[in-house]
Amino acid sequence: MNNISETYLLEVKNLWKVFTKDNAECNVYDAAAVKKLEAAGGVVAVRDVSFKIKRGEVFVIMGLSGSGKSTLIRCLPRLIDPSSGSIMMNGDNVSEMDQQQLTEFRRTKAAMVFQHYGLLPHRTVLENVSFGLKLRGVDQKDREMKAEQAIEQVGLKGWETHYPSQLSGGMQQRVGIARALVQETELLLLDEPFSGLDPLIRREMQEELLRLQEQLHKTMVFVTHDLSEAVRLGDRMAVMKSGEFVQEGTPQEIIMHPADEYVQRFVQDEQKITLMMEQESKTSNVRTLPVRSGDRSEKAAAGTRR
Amino acid sequence: MFPEALEYHIAPYISNFVKWLLHTCGPAFDSFSSSLITIMVQIEHGLLFVPWWLWVIGITFLSWRITRHTGKTILPAVLLMTVGVLGLWDIAMETLSIIIVSVLLALIIGIPSGIAMAVSNRVNTIFTPILDAMQTMPSFVYLIPALMLFGLGKVPGVVATVIYAVPPVQRLTNLGIRQVSDSVQEAALAFGATPWQLMKEVRLPLAMPSILAGVNQTTMMALAMVVIASMIGAGGLGEKVLVATNRIDVGAGFEAGWAIVVLAIIIDRLSQGAASKFDNTSIQR
Repeated sequence: MNNISETYLLEVKNLWKVFTKDNAECNVYDAAAVKKLEAAGGVVAVRDVSFKIKRGEVFVIMGLSGSGKSTLIRCLPRLIDPSSGSIMMNGDNVSEMDQQQLTEFRRTKAAMVFQHYGLLPHRTVLENVSFGLKLRGVDQKDREMKAEQAIEQVGLKGWETHYPSQLSGGMQQRVGIARALVQETELLLLDEPFSGLDPLIRREMQEELLRLQEQLHKTMVFVTHDLSEAVRLGDRMAVMKSGEFVQEGTPQEIIMHPADEYVQRFVQDEQKITLMMEQESKTSNVRTLPVRSGDRSEKAAAGTRR
Repeated sequence: MFPEALEYHIAPYISNFVKWLLHTCGPAFDSFSSSLITIMVQIEHGLLFVPWWLWVIGITFLSWRITRHTGKTILPAVLLMTVGVLGLWDIAMETLSIIIVSVLLALIIGIPSGIAMAVSNRVNTIFTPILDAMQTMPSFVYLIPALMLFGLGKVPGVVATVIYAVPPVQRLTNLGIRQVSDSVQEAALAFGATPWQLMKEVRLPLAMPSILAGVNQTTMMALAMVVIASMIGAGGLGEKVLVATNRIDVGAGFEAGWAIVVLAIIIDRLSQGAASKFDNTSIQR
C-alpha cells in the first residue's frame, strides 16, 4: 500500500456525480436507481470514474463540452461535491474531509487555474497573485515577495500594478497561472486554461507551461477539448464521453489505437498529421509540426515514462 | 356593493397593538427618543458651528476633488450660497441634521440586512414582500404609529424617514452581492477562502458600486421624506413648505422648496462622485 501511494499522488476511485433537481441522495451503485434518476431528469455528469496520477505527471482529461470533464476536475478539490466515490491524495481522503480540513487542503495541497481566469477585477496583478497567500494569513511582505517571484516566472515582470482589465487574455491567464504557482502546491488543476485564447497565444502558453513544468515538476490535471493540446502537454490522457472514461493511456497509444469509433473520430486529424510528419522526416531531417508529440513518441517507444 | 355582512375591520386590532406596545415598552421608546434627540441636537450644533463661508469653501474643495471640472465645482457652492441668501441657512442645517441621522440609521439597518438577504435565500424571501410594502405603503400611514410611539418632533420624523429610506440600500446591497460573477467566487473558494473571507475580499468589494448607488438612493429618499415628516413636527425646511402650503403662500413655498432641491443636488453630486471613485468597473483598458 505504502509503495503505491509513493508513486501515485492522486487516486480517484469510482467517482460519481449526479445532478438532481433537489440534490436528492441516491445510491449510484444501484444501476436501476441511476436509470430511474436519469429518467426523472437527473443528470449523470461523472459516471464511475477511476484513475491514478503519478507524481510529476501531466494527466490530461479530454472531452467535448458536456462530457463532464469540468465537473470531474471540480470534484477533486470538491468545488462540486461528488455523489460518491473516493479521492485520495497523498494518503489523505479528500472526500471525507470536513469544511476546515477542506479549506486547508485547497490552500496548501491543490491550486487551480480557470478557463475564465477568475481574477479579482478590483485588485492589481500583484494582489491577485498573492491572493491565496493572503487567505492563508501570510503577512504582506512575505506574500508580495513570493508573488513577485511567481510573476517573474510567468514573464509578467513590470505589470504588477496593472489591473486585470488592462491585460490581454493571454496575460490574464499568466496571472492565473502565477496565482496557482505561488501556492507551492504539489498538484495543479487546470480547467481549459487556454481555451479562450487565440491559437497563436494558446501555442505560446502551452510552450510556457511545458517550460515551467521542466523547472517545477508539478503534478497536473489538465482539462481540454483540444486533442493537439492534449497530445502536446500530456504524459497520459483520458478521453471522456457522457461522464465516462472511454479510453485512458499515453497520447501515442490513443492516437494509434483508438478504443472505439468516438475516439477514432477525435483523433483522425492528428493521425493524418502524425503520418505526414513521419513521411516528412523520412524525406528530410527538418521536423516541423508537433515537435512535442514527436518527442513523446520516442519516449513511448523506449517504454520509459518519467 | 360589497355585502356589509362580510365587512371586517382590522383597524381596532392594529390600534390596540400600538397602544399595547406603548404601554409595555413606553419607557424604552422614551429613552430611545431622548438619546436620539441628544445626538441630533449635537449634530445640528456641529453643523451650525461651522461658519457659512467654511461650508462654501469645503463644498467647493470636495466637488473639485471629485469632479476636477470648473463649472461642476463652482455650481454647488453658488447653489449653497442661494440658500443663505434666502435666509434659510439655519433651517437647512436643521434639515441636514435630520437627514444625516436618518441616513446613518438607514445604512446601519439596510446594509447588514441586505447582506443577510444575499447570503440566505430564506431571508430574501421574507424581506422582499416587507420591502415592497414599505415602499408602496403611503408614508403618511406610518407617520401615525411613529407619532404615537415617539411623540411629536424630530424623533418620529427620523423613524418614519428611516422606514421610508431603508429599502433602496437594502435591495441594492442584496442585488450587488448576488451579481458578483460566479467564476470569481469559484476561484476564491478554490484557493481556500472561508465564507467570511469570500464576503470580505470578493463579494463586498465587487458589490461596492451597487451598494453606493443604494446609499445615494437612500439619501435622496430621506430628503423627500423630510418634507412629509414635517407634518409631525420634524421641523426644518419641510415645516416651511407645510406652513406655506397652509397659507397658500406660493413665494415662501418656492423658496423653501428651492433650498430642498439645492440640498438634494449637492448631496447627490457628492455621493455619486464618491461612488464613482469606488467603481472598479471604470478601470478599463
